[in-house]
Amino acid sequence: MSSDTITGTDANFEAEVLQSPIPVLVDFWAAWCGPCRMVAPVVDKIASDHKGKLKVVKVDVDANMASAERYGVMSIPTLMVFKGGKAVETVIGAVPEAKLAEAVSKHLA
Amino acid sequence: MTESWEVVIVGAGPAGLAAAVYTGRARRRTVVLEKAVPGGQILRTDRVDNCPGYPDGVDPRILMDNFKAQAVKFGAVLERAEALAVKHDAAGWIVATDKGEFAGRAVLVATGSVYRKLGVPGEADLAGRGVSYCAVCDGAFFRERTVAVVGGGNNALTEALFLSRLARKVVLIHRRAAFRAERILQERVFALPLIEVLRDTVIDRIEGRARLESLSLRNVRSGEASTLAVDGLFVSIGTVPSSDLVRGLAGLDDWGQIKVGPGFVAAEGGLFAAGDVTDACPPQLATAVGSGVQAALSIEDYLGRA
Repeated sequence: MSSDTITGTDANFEAEVLQSPIPVLVDFWAAWCGPCRMVAPVVDKIASDHKGKLKVVKVDVDANMASAERYGVMSIPTLMVFKGGKAVETVIGAVPEAKLAEAVSKHLA
Repeated sequence: MTESWEVVIVGAGPAGLAAAVYTGRARRRTVVLEKAVPGGQILRTDRVDNCPGYPDGVDPRILMDNFKAQAVKFGAVLERAEALAVKHDAAGWIVATDKGEFAGRAVLVATGSVYRKLGVPGEADLAGRGVSYCAVCDGAFFRERTVAVVGGGNNALTEALFLSRLARKVVLIHRRAAFRAERILQERVFALPLIEVLRDTVIDRIEGRARLESLSLRNVRSGEASTLAVDGLFVSIGTVPSSDLVRGLAGLDDWGQIKVGPGFVAAEGGLFAAGDVTDACPPQLATAVGSGVQAALSIEDYLGRA
């Protein structure tokens, strides 16, 4: 995992995601999910491209099912953009870099 | 900027990486382009039980990491790049990607395939909201729930068996009476009371507001319609070849598969194709490997003559 991302848990979700002063991209993933591995380098790239303007948090749903359930995640990878404590964008599946970048960019000031 | 290689392989699944082992050992400068991570569609499954040499089955993640390590060991270079176009000029082939151009005396297209969608109302709206294309990825969200699997091939039955370990009930829906899947998989599925099998049945519509609630079914023999309440639907009805890259350069069949001749030649002058993007390779690990190796041997023969 790249150093530009944070590990999210049920315990720190409130502080790291919902209370974040800047927009947050949350990557709901799991170790047993092939497509999650496919999209991981794309998420890392987005994190380094938008460093300082976007926080990227990776939540392993295996250990943090409560956060996943709370936001209705039923398929992984699910990538959600949070702004001001609210989910404002959801991208489901291993999407190409351009598509994820577009979904993120429109929520960045 | 254009990088020059002897062999450019597009796609790092079983076919592309097996070919890279051979072209690498032939000391041909080889680059393998992969838009995501090496491994391919096989990473969507939890366990491979029909890979020769692994009597106890093998985790596809470990297997594909080993494929990659072996290709790299013999000199192949892996690049994370998405191929956008293939062009032919006097000097050979050029693969244009999001990371620049890769020129090759020979190009092997091993781009594989992507899962096929049902194409019924409600599917797009409820994808990721109960409709899934990967049981291994999403099965855990349906613990103690009722799920359906649609399809009749190896993947569909493998997914039904995987889900039967998590779900309260699994309904396997197939449009025909007979299943295409291996007999051993059929025996396992039919032996489990937890799995209900609906034959000759199609899904006309997927219903649900915020999330999947039910499926509108129709028996194709009797015409009888019914509704099945489910929490999840796993679509496993085969794949669509990722052949757009060579449309116009190589012949495609009615399903979009690249038509290959002996030696997995896709077009004269050094264009080859292997794996399940072609019309000569069933979507199996071992056949993908075999086709990749045959293509690599054919590439070596071509480079030796050219």
